[in-house]
Amino acid sequence: MSDIDWADLWSQVFNFTDYGELVVLLQNSIIAGAVLGIVGGLIGVFVMSRDMAFAVHGISELSFAGASAGLLFGVGVVEGSLVGSIVAALIIGFLGAKSRDRNSIIAVLMPFGLGLGILCLALYPGRSANKFGLLTGQIVAVDDPRLNSLIAISIVVVIGLLVVWRPLTFASVDADVASARGVPVRTLSIVFMLLLGLAVAVSVQVVGSLLVLSILVTPAAAALRVSSSPIVVPLLSMLFAVLSLVGGIMLALGGSVPISPYVTTISFAIYVVCRIIAASRARRGVSGRRLVALDA
Amino acid sequence: MKIFGAKTARAGRDKAPSPRNAPRHVVLRVRGGALQFGERRLWHDLDFDVRAGEFIAVLGANGSGKSSLLKVILGQQQLSAGTMAFEGSPVTRGNRRIGYIPQQKLADEGAPLRGRDLVALGVDGHRFGLPLPRAARRREVDALLDSVGASEYANVAVSTLSGGEQQRLRVGQALAGDPRLLLCDEPLLSLDLAHQRAVSELIDTHRRQRDLGVLFVTHDINPVLDMVDRVLYLAGGSFRIGTPDEVLRSEVLSELYGSPVDVIRTRGRVIVVGVPDAHHGHDGHVHHDGEHVPDAPGAGDGVRR
Repeated sequence: MSDIDWADLWSQVFNFTDYGELVVLLQNSIIAGAVLGIVGGLIGVFVMSRDMAFAVHGISELSFAGASAGLLFGVGVVEGSLVGSIVAALIIGFLGAKSRDRNSIIAVLMPFGLGLGILCLALYPGRSANKFGLLTGQIVAVDDPRLNSLIAISIVVVIGLLVVWRPLTFASVDADVASARGVPVRTLSIVFMLLLGLAVAVSVQVVGSLLVLSILVTPAAAALRVSSSPIVVPLLSMLFAVLSLVGGIMLALGGSVPISPYVTTISFAIYVVCRIIAASRARRGVSGRRLVALDA
Repeated sequence: MKIFGAKTARAGRDKAPSPRNAPRHVVLRVRGGALQFGERRLWHDLDFDVRAGEFIAVLGANGSGKSSLLKVILGQQQLSAGTMAFEGSPVTRGNRRIGYIPQQKLADEGAPLRGRDLVALGVDGHRFGLPLPRAARRREVDALLDSVGASEYANVAVSTLSGGEQQRLRVGQALAGDPRLLLCDEPLLSLDLAHQRAVSELIDTHRRQRDLGVLFVTHDINPVLDMVDRVLYLAGGSFRIGTPDEVLRSEVLSELYGSPVDVIRTRGRVIVVGVPDAHHGHDGHVHHDGEHVPDAPGAGDGVRR
């Protein structure tokens, strides 16, 4: 049974013949990856500080259901996944103000979404390659209209985040005081859920709904290991996400494997390296504490 | 300057209402205030003033409406009846001249937040847009950090700081924007005795320096007993206000609760025994029903300075 052709396996995973031509052909995918990295890395910081990793996963499953329904009814995958994400994000936002409520609502929604998606895919008569792309990502050429819609949505998310950045930070890390100081905590939380829904919908297009966490959570979690500066962390998080996505797409170009294993592996490797850096700093006792001169 | 013990504490209190600075400016005025949730009446006919530089402790059983009182002042809750004016006009939501210090909660590891960032949120965290680094903002944050003795850990992640250090930062955060009134909601909860002392002294120092009115909600008056000018005691839908000597007496609290309550003074500490369960009280007693007594001799008296 063990007659695996290692050379063949290797060429399926890594294959760089005609690489130059492929890069040109998949230029759109690479741009999409870079844009997505910026969005994912940026919103990931808030996903972490609001403790919303599980919510991201829940939204992505409903986004998958929406995309599958879009495929089945011929409405379009992008439109379907947008509707699915936003509905899920708003349900979680309105019903899950407390984290305990939120987790149970997500746990209820998630399998329902996944089941609905599987039902739509099972009924869909088209090619099966399209089907699994929604779950695990696809390296099919991103055509121009699709790239445009992805960029447009990403711009909305980034601008939205920049506008609410400061009060959203306040509300995320210190809700009681923020609310005492007149920050509209509840409204901001709904605005954030909307932006998160949009970000998840675009991510599902490229990495698939099962692996959205690797873009929206892992890079920010890695960045938080090595810094606690509110400026450095978002920048690093974006850098990590772009590296994972663009690097993953570049490696995946020639092989016949979906892009997601490459993306998730790079993103995981970055996280591991950041943890090692943090651990070695802790061992050396680097804390950032300043010794005050004893001149008083 | 600070000496502990019953005698000096009493002497300190006695001079508070005296004409040290004659009639002082009223920061907060409450007249006929009532708060009611459905059938449940928390308090009514509440009349009191908070004057500039005055430190008032708010005591009462769980569910007596202490925190709700702060919510009304912050404009997050409407009075059922009566009026409440801050600096002469009705209270509004998000007033920048009111500082707020909640109880210490261990900050989340998931947030990119250093000591200076927590303080900076007090300076301009309510504004939209990005927190762009500006020299003026930096100077303001540095000055606040310095004034609460937190410069040393300004660049350390908040999640790795001790409870006492986090509360120092919160004081700095609340002082941003030069408030006239400081609202403290159990700021000493879950701190050890040394930090309770340090944080309450910090608040006391700043209210004197800046002539701040302070409303300090607490279940235990002892850490601040020698600092407070007056006590507002909420219980049984009603209230008493006055110096600790006037309010913290067996006959006064018994009348307020409508059942026998004993106030015991020992070693400069006040212990209230026999408080009936509040409507929604879980742990029953108002403050320190004896549970803090074992700490009293070593910790409270004169160990520090």
